Amino acid sequence: MARPQRVQADAARGALLYLEDITVSFDGFRALNALTLCVDIGELRCIIGPNGAGKTTMMDVITGKTRPDAGAAWFGRDVDLLRLTEPEIAEAGIGRKFQKPTVFEQHSVFENLELAMAGNKSVWKTLFARISPAQVERIDEVLERIGLKDRRLVQAGKLSHGQKQWLEIGMLLMQDPQLLLVDEPVAGMTPQEIERTAELLTSLAGKHSVVVVEHDMAFVRSIARKVTVLHEGSVLAEGSIDEVQSHPKVIQVYLGV
Amino acid sequence: MGLLAAIRSDRGGQVFLCVLLAVIIVVPVQNLLLPVSSALHMSGYTVTLLGKYLTYAMLAMAVDLVWGYCGILSLGHGAFFALGGYAIGMYLMRQIGTRGVYGNPVLPDFMVFLNWKELPWFWHGFDSFAYAASMVLLAPGLLALVFGFLAFRSRVSGVYLSIITQALTYALMLAFFRNDMGFGGNNGFTDFKDVLGFSLQAPATRMVLFLGTALALGGTYLLCRYIVASRAGRVIQAVRDAESRARFLGYRVESYKLWMFVLSALLAGLAGALYVPQIGIINPSEFSPTNSIEIVIWVAIGGRGTLYGAVVGAFLVNYAKTYFTAALPSMWLYALGALFVLVTLFLPHGVVGLIAERRSRRGTVQPGLKAL
Repeated sequence: MARPQRVQADAARGALLYLEDITVSFDGFRALNALTLCVDIGELRCIIGPNGAGKTTMMDVITGKTRPDAGAAWFGRDVDLLRLTEPEIAEAGIGRKFQKPTVFEQHSVFENLELAMAGNKSVWKTLFARISPAQVERIDEVLERIGLKDRRLVQAGKLSHGQKQWLEIGMLLMQDPQLLLVDEPVAGMTPQEIERTAELLTSLAGKHSVVVVEHDMAFVRSIARKVTVLHEGSVLAEGSIDEVQSHPKVIQVYLGV
Repeated sequence: MGLLAAIRSDRGGQVFLCVLLAVIIVVPVQNLLLPVSSALHMSGYTVTLLGKYLTYAMLAMAVDLVWGYCGILSLGHGAFFALGGYAIGMYLMRQIGTRGVYGNPVLPDFMVFLNWKELPWFWHGFDSFAYAASMVLLAPGLLALVFGFLAFRSRVSGVYLSIITQALTYALMLAFFRNDMGFGGNNGFTDFKDVLGFSLQAPATRMVLFLGTALALGGTYLLCRYIVASRAGRVIQAVRDAESRARFLGYRVESYKLWMFVLSALLAGLAGALYVPQIGIINPSEFSPTNSIEIVIWVAIGGRGTLYGAVVGAFLVNYAKTYFTAALPSMWLYALGALFVLVTLFLPHGVVGLIAERRSRRGTVQPGLKAL
């Protein structure tokens, strides 16, 4: 199977990720309802919304886990996400962090990053793969960045909850993606850990586009430049954090007044 | 990681390979060189019994590769073992020739008995050892390829996969029981005379078969150890622990599962082909679902995800079975069930896990078992 080309960002649309009129129904329930969303190159976008607003379903559509009933999803100018499988989407340059930190618990931190590394991931190639000094260097660089350098050879299952979250973000970095989808990165973290995570994510924006789904409004305020509010499967409001927080419909949905 | 490096950090594997080497040296001496009157003489019966255990150990290792490392609980591996056995059995039947009860030079006895006039098409070629040997691998390999392709592509996993593997072996058992299938029905194949012109009753032939099995087991171990220590091996363990994470990292999880499953089926088929000439019989009961479940119990008792644990389990359980079925035949199934329950409750890492734990409590870390 040929490796998909790295994505050329769409200069005309100016967007890296473009979702148009995406609709997903589960047994009559509309999880996404004509959702249209655009993420620019290098942007850090926060997506908020009450439970059941469709945040995770949206990530499932982008990463190929769920196929929508209608709509279009483009990554850059010419990658039709709806035609690709999950591994192909990962190769095209989209990395995803799950809501619950998901790392390979039996492997060491180093091995987790090694497995995440971009490259040929066919059975035959990995059977004879040897790690090169440049690759070790790259792994150490990411270890430094996620602050787990002194945990290099620790079994990932023995890490704290926050460290697992960082390791998973580190695994996304090893994939060298253009777009990172990050689902609830600070759930269950201590205030210090939240602060470090905010620093980490803001440092990634610019080089990568980052989409963060989060409930913690203080955290969203600390990192977001642009916020999208989802409600009942479509976009309710979009803008700066102050704009959306003063938006009458948002107040109604969140506070029920 | 190369094979040498993998073995260097694998204490349990070193012990296993040394024991296997000792067996390869000592058994022929005890059986063929020492006089029958000597206290250390090993009877032909014991050699055959050990040979049988070795083929079971190989089968258990094949199951450990997919279950212990890849998380695929196959309850149908007995089918691949039996197919390998039937393939070599067809060759051995053709070798009987005119020495059969009916003296027909081409047709095996059971076909003459059923009044068949000519050899069914799928029996052609089995007079050649090379052809039969290729079928030993092709039959189970192709079955695993087709079955695995369909199952993994549809993302059937966990207990559902286990159930359809049971159905697979059960369906094959029913098919092989039928006389008109052309595989000897109920009775299967037996009364073999010779292999490649050497009498199967001769002690030297039996010793060669035994040594071949021991070498095959050692080779299987080295191959499996190389795979699980490679990056591909870390990928399959990653698939076992967090399948969707691996998929979103860009791994084609289905291909990894498929190739491990096919390789495991090939090893099981080879084990079956080594089993039949030593035991001298193959019949449809080898496809019985309980056989496949028993293999999983061997692996669980020995300790899964270690490869050598499968060998320990296969020997322990089958030695106990040989003893019990002779001394207290009615108690065997209860004993097996009790053993399984006890091991699951108190020894989640099996017998080798217990040994590893003892060692690490004394302060010596066993690198090969650090994954436990």
